[in-house]
Amino acid sequence: MTATESRPQVRPAAADPPPRQPRVISFSHRLSRWDLKVSPYLYISPFFIMFAIVGLFPIAYTAVISFMDWDLVRNSGEFVGFDQYVWILTQPHFWTALRNTFSIFVLSSVPQLLLAIFIASVLDRNIRAKTFWRMSVLVPYVVAPVAVGLIFNAMFADKSGLINSWLQLVGISAIPWHVDPFWSHVAIATMVNYRWVGYNTLILLAAMQAVNRDFYEAATVDGAGPIRQFFSITMPSLKPTLIFVIITSTIGGLQIFDEPRVFDQFGRGGSAQQWLTITLYLYDIGWGQWDFGRAAAMAWILFIIILGIGLINLLVTRTLVRDEGMRSGLSKRQQKRAARAAKKQVKESQR
Amino acid sequence: MSIGTPPPLAIVEEGIPNAAKRRRGAKTIRIRGSRPGFWVYGTLGAVFLSAVFPLYWSFVIGSGDATTLRGPFPWVPLGNFIENATAVLNNPAVNFWPALWNSIYSSFLIAAAVVITSTLAGWAFAKLRFLGGPALLVFVVATMAVPQQLGVVPLYILFSDLGWTGQIGAIIIPALTSAFGVFWMTQYLRQAVPDELIEAARVDGASMIRTFWTVGVTAARPAAAMLFLFTFVGSWNNFFWPFIVLDRQNPTLPVALSLLQSNYFVDYSVVLAGVVLATVPLLLLFIFAGKQLVSGIMAGAVKG
Repeated sequence: MTATESRPQVRPAAADPPPRQPRVISFSHRLSRWDLKVSPYLYISPFFIMFAIVGLFPIAYTAVISFMDWDLVRNSGEFVGFDQYVWILTQPHFWTALRNTFSIFVLSSVPQLLLAIFIASVLDRNIRAKTFWRMSVLVPYVVAPVAVGLIFNAMFADKSGLINSWLQLVGISAIPWHVDPFWSHVAIATMVNYRWVGYNTLILLAAMQAVNRDFYEAATVDGAGPIRQFFSITMPSLKPTLIFVIITSTIGGLQIFDEPRVFDQFGRGGSAQQWLTITLYLYDIGWGQWDFGRAAAMAWILFIIILGIGLINLLVTRTLVRDEGMRSGLSKRQQKRAARAAKKQVKESQR
Repeated sequence: MSIGTPPPLAIVEEGIPNAAKRRRGAKTIRIRGSRPGFWVYGTLGAVFLSAVFPLYWSFVIGSGDATTLRGPFPWVPLGNFIENATAVLNNPAVNFWPALWNSIYSSFLIAAAVVITSTLAGWAFAKLRFLGGPALLVFVVATMAVPQQLGVVPLYILFSDLGWTGQIGAIIIPALTSAFGVFWMTQYLRQAVPDELIEAARVDGASMIRTFWTVGVTAARPAAAMLFLFTFVGSWNNFFWPFIVLDRQNPTLPVALSLLQSNYFVDYSVVLAGVVLATVPLLLLFIFAGKQLVSGIMAGAVKG
């Protein structure tokens, strides 16, 4: 570095302090310094002020209300500790709703992701009219979930709905979509999948297109077939995007409300709570039974569930899908051990 | 901003001698680009059909009468659509026209506000250095995991104290900002604007707000357009909160749609005619702006 050469010259100046430079502190200069310091906070303030009022305050206040027996008339509450949480957790409906939500969530997110990966890998090929196909998969995304719910509710009608009449055409007896819990979950999951497959497809397609095409070239030269290439190159490269998609679909899937709400005309999750979901139950407690304390406790329970499942998903995805750039099939520890062995060998050969 | 974009590939390839070009082309074709065969287009066709068929089906049923749903599916539209649509439009329980107007202007206001607040905050997070900036950004991103349900009880209490329940303002106010929007703009501006450009503007004596306006807003335009579209679609389709806070006389379209079905007996040809009526505005938007929506999703993912 040239810094060492210039150092002796600098030292005397540092020894006796240099005369203060006559700085012109004009008004505009001061204004500009003030500008530099304050502006960032001014720019983020609209967001944070609004967010504090309609985002943060409600979250904290929900926690407060959840410990209260809320009186709608006086519009205030009485502290009852964990009673509301205990009440929720001892309701059989809560456990039904939890089971239903999970069932619908699994039935929607798993096929949704598999389909999205499949369609994305088809779109990733060298096809004609790319934009047209990409746009066509996104059509359902602009249809309101309520509208999707109404359409599919009619298609899944138990007596002679379109789906059942097609099933009967191929010799399968009609399925009681609105009676049987499992089939009602399948029907609702179908609505969710209809709306979200295209969206996730495009996200995954973007990640696929970002993969360096040289990898495929090299793999082909090495004799890897398309399936091997898919699992050894495409999937590992999708990892960050997959985590993103899984997390977002977990957050969305566990909150499901619109589709089960319009799955019949009563909107209460079916005659025997076949498709009652957590959010549907929350709505019923809050605005059906008008008990805000319990609804608030329900909201916090839902949040904790979402956090828990989100974390589990993150960990599972991390372990299952191998890391980007790690294509040797060895774990990190194995790689290190191999590196150490190689070093040793090199040393011994030098001796 | 086109600064820093590499020259298009075609230009690079022009310099390659013919033989090399052909060899290169042949190689690529063998590896990935072999013009896909029938099954690829068959799959895409099936995907296309399953995306569009439910909409077509609801239009066909919506053009029939109360018995159409029960009978065998008529593959071509029948003649009753206008009649059914009129039944929806004139149904006093549905309030279709107020609902349409509410959906249009609330979605528009929300999308505009989200774009403004997100561009401002995104610019600060992406390009300005300030104490606590990175931590605040992490905080914003973390709040994206908070479900909507966590805030609805206090918000309802708040708005009923204000006497706003049933008012469209109660769905606009909480939606004026978006954590996703801030994240989106930050990501975009970070890579779209080179720091040198800002420094140059500062050296030339531009104030912060002027730099933001001339450099930031100009660069942000494409991302802002996409954010506007996404927010508009999201707000248009939102159901849970409007369903809670709006009353039946003054709904948005999804709320109105849900009311269509909640009568004692349901004529599905009318319900589905209503679904078609409520879906057409956004389908029109999609026909005009679908390309942007697609590229927006794809752009957001690479960085996300």
